[in-house]
Parts: sequence; structure tokens; C-alpha cells
Amino acid sequence: MDMISRSWAIAKREWSSYFNSPVAYIFIIIFLALAGFFTFSVSGFYEAGQADLRGFFFWHPWLYLILVPAVAMRLWSEERRQGTIELLFTTSVTPAQAIVGKMVAAWAFLGLALLLTFPVPLTAAWLGQPDWGVIVSGYLASLLLAGAYLAVGMFTSALTRNQVISFALAVVLGLFLILAGFQPVTELLSQWAPGWLVDGVAAFSFMPHYEAMQRGVLDARDFIYFASVTGFMLFLTQLVLDNRTGR
Amino acid sequence: MIKVEHLVKKFGLRTAVDDISFTVEKGTVLGFLGPNGAGKTTTIRMIAGYLPPTSGAVTVNGIDVGADPVGAQKQIGYMPENTPLYDEMTVQAFLRFMAEIRGFSGKERDRRAAAMLDVCMLGSVRHQPIETLSKGYRRRTCLAQTLIHDPPVLLLDEPTEGLDPNQKQVVRDMIVRMAPEKIIMMSTHVLEEVEAICSRVMIISEGRLKADSHPAELKKRSDGFNTLTIEVLAPAEPAVAAFGRIPDVAQVVRVAGTAEKQVLRLVPRDKQSLAVRAIETAAENRWLVTELRSEPGRLDDVFRQITTTADVVKKSA
Ligand SMILES: Nc1ncnc2c1ncn2[C@@H]1O[C@H](COP(=O)(O)OP(=O)(O)O)[C@@H](O)[C@H]1O
Ligand SMILES: [Mg+2]
Repeated sequence: MDMISRSWAIAKREWSSYFNSPVAYIFIIIFLALAGFFTFSVSGFYEAGQADLRGFFFWHPWLYLILVPAVAMRLWSEERRQGTIELLFTTSVTPAQAIVGKMVAAWAFLGLALLLTFPVPLTAAWLGQPDWGVIVSGYLASLLLAGAYLAVGMFTSALTRNQVISFALAVVLGLFLILAGFQPVTELLSQWAPGWLVDGVAAFSFMPHYEAMQRGVLDARDFIYFASVTGFMLFLTQLVLDNRTGR
Repeated sequence: MIKVEHLVKKFGLRTAVDDISFTVEKGTVLGFLGPNGAGKTTTIRMIAGYLPPTSGAVTVNGIDVGADPVGAQKQIGYMPENTPLYDEMTVQAFLRFMAEIRGFSGKERDRRAAAMLDVCMLGSVRHQPIETLSKGYRRRTCLAQTLIHDPPVLLLDEPTEGLDPNQKQVVRDMIVRMAPEKIIMMSTHVLEEVEAICSRVMIISEGRLKADSHPAELKKRSDGFNTLTIEVLAPAEPAVAAFGRIPDVAQVVRVAGTAEKQVLRLVPRDKQSLAVRAIETAAENRWLVTELRSEPGRLDDVFRQITTTADVVKKSA
């Protein structure tokens, strides 16, 4: 109970700190603008004339690659820069409680941005008869993907007080997690690497799991995958913080 | 009670805190003195459960900080150096947040935040973002945060640093008011502050404990302690001779004087008080004493004596 109330207090504080600065609004506007641009201009949503959102969800891993680290980079480096990490960890708050609080707030924020793309499915409904099950599954996949990215960014943010370094590290890790299973890359790799190796590396990637859910296939293994990546990165974050504060 | 046993902290090869042990009882205001880089902040951080010691142990009211940091921290209000605060929050929102992560919710949380606004005289700035506060208000906001759960132990790292004299006085008054029911440990390098409010003083230098005493006791260590300056209506040579015959007087220096009036400085052999014997001597000779002043000792002399390190000596030489 104690644990939950402390995490909740931290989540509320984080959430309101986003909206205390223009950064949150700018982020949402950029996210919506880019999502709209790629969906309508690059994927040719209208021209395809199809009532599905594949051309919309296709771009999310790439959008998140840049935008999620931008949200995550300040999670811990800002506490370090301001010195408030010292306040936080001398008030009976444990790193785990603080990590959960920050994760909840940041994920909810990304969820809000995602929710604001609702005109896209509405457009699809206007164009034809979309499969709503696939759309919901697609949104779920996107939310899980955002969470996993966020956990990666949380980890790199705990590593350094320099936000630029944190951002760059998160992008590199994220890029690996996408490309390891991105079809053009796996095809290239399989020309000279043994199949089992390519498959083994690809298993770490976001992409096969994300794409499966895009097709509307809800498999427990994909959930377990995203939960493990997220959990593992948060666990690493805790190790880093424990090490800093010496618990 | 704070109990610190053989506390050591190394940063790589550098030993910041080097085998410090002490205990502090309730009702004590402990002034923790030392030059910059002496290890004050590092020591306080270890007591607060923020930094792990390299070796040694700290218990706070019987709770081992290493084994149960969360439990120990419930006993402690901690004000870090340089008052880190969430700058974008308002004072009231910040205090409510701190109350909440200290485990209070709903009405109790709001009541405690309101009480702290009151105690620390922050009512007029409650809706102001912290980043817009002046230093004095900022400091009091941080102090309010340390008190919000009414802890029995306060650790204050340079609580009056950078404040103007009036603001300093406000913070000191608050500390003095709280002193009887709490253990207060504050680091500072303002020596007059230690004399004004501390019942005990510890001096550290290069990570080592160099002195642990009452401020008044410590002042006695100062070089000129109890040196007596006497102004007497007497001829020069007989006066110097007469005062020189007092057994406890090591040396008489004639500071100034005319034919009939002398200003003499009597240096005691062993920092004894010389006033009574000096007055008696003057009376025996029927000399009128017009002024008498005994050197009370100066904490900054003692501080300098104790903490002057080899490299500083080299530089000033
Ligand atoms: N995190 C750290 N890493 C490396 N060295 C440190 C760290 N914190 C403090 N030190 C060093 O430890 C010594 C003691 O510092 P500190 O406790 O801040 O002194 P004080 O508070 O008395 O001025 C200094 O030499 C300082 O450079
Ligand atoms: Mg310090």
C-alpha cells in the first residue's frame, strides 16, 4: 500500500511537470504531425483506398525511435541535474517505487499522444468497413512498443546526467531492437550468416512481435516478449540507481 | 541518538571520510565544521542513507542505516547542500508532494503542508513557482520539507549558506526553537553561528575528526585566550615589574603609554585567568585601573589552528 501510494505521488508529480512546460504540447503536436504526414502522404492512405491502418502503424517504430528517447532522456538526468534525486532517495522512497512512478506517468503521456490519433481510425471508418479488432490490437501493440522503448530510455537516462548522451544511447539501442528483426535487414544478414543466428538475433527484436500484433494476432508470447523487455530494462535501471545511491 | 562508528568513505583513491566515530544525543545542536572539501557533506550523506559507506556503520535511533535505509530515513529530515528543489513546482505543491512521499495522503497531507507554510513563513509565496523564489525563501522551503514528517533527527547541510544576515537569523531562530526535542546536526563554516546556536561542535579536516567539544571549551584552545589587557594609571617601569611578578604571568608587554598611564598586555603561562591578581596588584600599589579586558578566545583562531593543512601553509609561506 505504502509502495503504491509513493509511486502514485511520483507519477502525479511527473505528469503535472510535463504539462507545466511547453515541451509536452510540442511533443504531442510533433507526434501527431509526423504520424499524419507519414500516414497520409508517404503511405498514401487515401489513395490506397483501403479501410485498414497498416500504413499508419507501420511508421510507429520509427517515430518512437526518436520521440520516445526525447521524453525519456529527462526522467533521471533532470533529477540529477537539479540535485532532487538526493531529496527523493532520502525520504524513504526506494528506487523501485520511483521507477514505477516515473514509468507510469511517462507511459500514460505517450498513451495520451497515441489516443489523440483517433481521427485516423475514424477516417478509415469513413472510407470503408475496417476490422475494429485489428485496429484495437494495433493500438495495443503500439502502446506496448512505446512502453518498451520508454524503459530503454529510462535506463539510458539513469546512466548519465547528460541528456544528449542519454538520448543518443537510447536511439542506438532502439535502432538495434528494430533492425535486428526488420525484414530488409534480416534478408541481408541471411546471405552470409547462418539461419539460426539471424533468427536468434531477430527474436530480440521488437519487429516480429509488433508486426504479428499489427495483423490482429494476439499471442501471449508477444505480450510476454514486451513485458520482459520492459521489465528487464527497468530492472537494469534499478541496478544503476542502487549503485548510485548504494542500496 | 545518532551513532557513527568508524565511518570511512573512499572515492577511488581519495579518502573523503577517514574513520570518524561519534554519538549525538537528543537536545543537541551539533555544529559540524570544516574547510571546504573536509568531508562534511559526504558524512552527512552517509548518515542520511544516500551514500553507502566504504566501511563503518551508522545507526539512527537504533535503526541501522545500511540495513534499513527506509526505516532510518523515517527518523530523519534532511536538507541537502545547495537546496535542490523541483523548480517548476509551486511551494505548496512541492510541500504536498513531499508529504505524500513521506507517506501522508488526503487531508493529513494538506494539513501538514499548510502547517509547514505557516511554521516556515511561506504563506505569501505558496502559489509561486520555486524557481522564482529568493534565496531566503528557497532555503525555508527546503527546511519546511525536512520538517514535514516531524522527524526526531535533522541533518542540515549548510542551512544558512548564502543568506543575508536577517535571513540567517530567521533560520537560526527556527533551529533554536526546535532544538530541545530533536537531534540537530548542521554543517556550516560560519563560526559565529556555531557560537550562537550550537551546544556542541565538531571540527573535521581532510576527513578526520580533529575536535569534538563545547564551543566555549573550544575557544579556550585559541592562542591568546585569557590574555589580559590592562590600562592603569602608573609609571611605566614599576608597573611592568609589578605585574611581571604575578606567578601566572609569563610575559608583560607594554602596548602603549605615557608617563603616568600604561596599557599593558599580560600573557598567562597556561591560559589562566589573570584579572583578580592583576587588580590586587594594582590595589597594593595604589594604582587606578581604568580599563580591563580579558581575551575571550576566538573560534576562528582555533579553527585555523586545527584545520590548516600542509598545502595551505606552503601557499601562504
Ligand atoms: N561523488 C564524489 N566523487 C568523487 N569525489 C567526491 C565525491 N563527493 C565528494 N568528493 C570528494 O570528497 C571530499 C569531501 O567532499 P565533501 O564531503 O563535499 O566536503 P565538504 O562538504 O566538507 O566541503 C572532497 O575532496 C570531494 O572532492
Ligand atoms: Mg559540503
